[in-house]
Amino acid sequence: MTKTSSVMGPPPPALTTTTEPPAVRRALILGAVAFVALFLVMPLAVVLAEAFRRGVGAYFDAITEPYTLAAVGLTLTAAAIAVPLNVIFGLTAAWAIAKFEFAGKSLLITLIDLPFSVSPVIAGLIYVLMFGAQGWVGPWLIEHDFRIIFALPGIVLATVFVTFPFVARELIPLMQDQGTDEEEAATLLGASGWQTFFRVTLPNVKWALLYGVLLCNARAMGEFGAVAVVSGHIRGVTNTMPLHIEILYNEYKFAASFAVASLLALLALVTLVAKILLEWRYGDELAGVHRMPRGGKA
Amino acid sequence: MKRNTSMGGRIRNWVAAAIVALSAAAPGVAASQTLLNVSYDPTRELYEAINAAFVADWKAKTGQTIRVNQAHGGSGAQARAVIDGLNADVVTLALAYDIDAIAARGLIPADWQKRLPNNSAPYTSTIVFLVKKGNPKGIKDWNDLVKAGVQVITPNPKTSGGARWNYLAAWAYASKQPGATEATTKTFVQSLFKNVPVLDTGARGSTVTFAQRGIGDVLLAWENEAFLAINEFGRDKFEIVVPSMSILAEPPIAIIDRNVDRKRTRAVAEGYLNFLYTPAAQAIIAANHYRPRFPEHAKPADVAQFPKVELVTIDGQFGGWAKAQSTHFADGGVFDQIYTPGGVR
Repeated sequence: MTKTSSVMGPPPPALTTTTEPPAVRRALILGAVAFVALFLVMPLAVVLAEAFRRGVGAYFDAITEPYTLAAVGLTLTAAAIAVPLNVIFGLTAAWAIAKFEFAGKSLLITLIDLPFSVSPVIAGLIYVLMFGAQGWVGPWLIEHDFRIIFALPGIVLATVFVTFPFVARELIPLMQDQGTDEEEAATLLGASGWQTFFRVTLPNVKWALLYGVLLCNARAMGEFGAVAVVSGHIRGVTNTMPLHIEILYNEYKFAASFAVASLLALLALVTLVAKILLEWRYGDELAGVHRMPRGGKA
Repeated sequence: MKRNTSMGGRIRNWVAAAIVALSAAAPGVAASQTLLNVSYDPTRELYEAINAAFVADWKAKTGQTIRVNQAHGGSGAQARAVIDGLNADVVTLALAYDIDAIAARGLIPADWQKRLPNNSAPYTSTIVFLVKKGNPKGIKDWNDLVKAGVQVITPNPKTSGGARWNYLAAWAYASKQPGATEATTKTFVQSLFKNVPVLDTGARGSTVTFAQRGIGDVLLAWENEAFLAINEFGRDKFEIVVPSMSILAEPPIAIIDRNVDRKRTRAVAEGYLNFLYTPAAQAIIAANHYRPRFPEHAKPADVAQFPKVELVTIDGQFGGWAKAQSTHFADGGVFDQIYTPGGVR
């Protein structure tokens, strides 16, 4: 840019990264800000305002009510199981897809994306059809007193299904970009497979992995549709936070409903803040990974 | 090397934690101490009160400490969940047809409704109108609902038990008018549904549409639901209109034999259902705006809230639920013939 302008003659008077007149720029910025305010900030503010409508005391009563605590516990438990499972799966899938050639690779990539394209309700129904009393393996399981749907395992399965792609999707492009050079070097230097993985591959993708985990976690805690189908809605036992919010709303407990909603929003915000903090603290390192020092493609 | 093992160890811990968590939740080890009552939408407050009383009563009688869990949802959806394996000890649903569906899958015997007194319904309710305070549209009876400019809120009879009672009550009223024929009855119900701007899937959804969002002039509601809405939103906002005739709604209860036999909870489940017929439970029932079968056990003030109204029965008027269901609500039934979505105005 600067080079061109020096050849062309005297530099233009103002900042010249855009050619639009200031009025257009301001209108665009205003439009974007208004949109964000209207569709993101305002609803969040409304949730908080409604949550505190009956006062701080009512708010804390609502979020310390036993059914609410059980719902929070269940949501955190489901996320705590589903996210690690998807980290393991995402890492292995991305590793296989990015570092190796094999038949059916594109099919595998398509399958990983399946949960994005399938409605969560259908995801839930799949498990009812599999593990329900009228389903495939359900009768046998129930005969032996193993509960999958309408219990924690079903909720975890549904959560795993809908959050399946997040980690893998975050890792695959990066790992593909990074190629296999470093792994090959490590192998030549005598590293074992595990050593190569933990000392070369994993450190190279750790930030992308973290992003994937954060996204996966946010979705796992917020999932409604798939979990609603397999939950059975047993109060204090199989109601997750999103389901509990709907129930409270339907029971005219609007303030309590919004209180729990604000709690869920808060968990999401914690995730976001964690992401921002990590970016801010490790920004350079993070950029380094994405810049790919030896790639030559940039 | 060191880092290698610690990472591997951490993964192992995660996996172990996941397995422990899954297996701890899976088998119903502690289930013998816990009952699950699968019920329909509006009964939450009722069964919260009933459960507390029953747990105390059972403890006093047997010394056993038990716990009763509740699950609520649309009546049809709840029946479906029990069919699909929801481990209910008892069901307390909106209408017999939904429990018949459970019986059809062999979870309970076909004559389940004869096992307990009063058609297995320890409380009844009926369908009333909820209108805005002062009744600005002057709605007094069913024939006011078909007038032009009156918006009626009811849930969808295809999905909601309460909505089927609404529909059948309107049908019964029309068919009992002087000179009524099958054709005039059908036309009456058809013009009523022409006045319905939105069909929610469940009773509670319709109440929220009417009371919270302020859509419509009159809500067709369970009597207990109408009382609850008035308590929640204020006596200065809504009032109940009782039509000249309505329907006797009998929300029935049943033990799910296959589940209680597996969980070995039959004794406590039977105790739970029988408890609903006791004086203590009948008083709780009236206090929660359901009509008790034995009003003499309820507080007179609670009984006084229920106005006398001519009630038709599903068996007397429609030949039972199975017939009413197949005539009116099955695919291609009367409701499908008279209701065209988007045909409003």
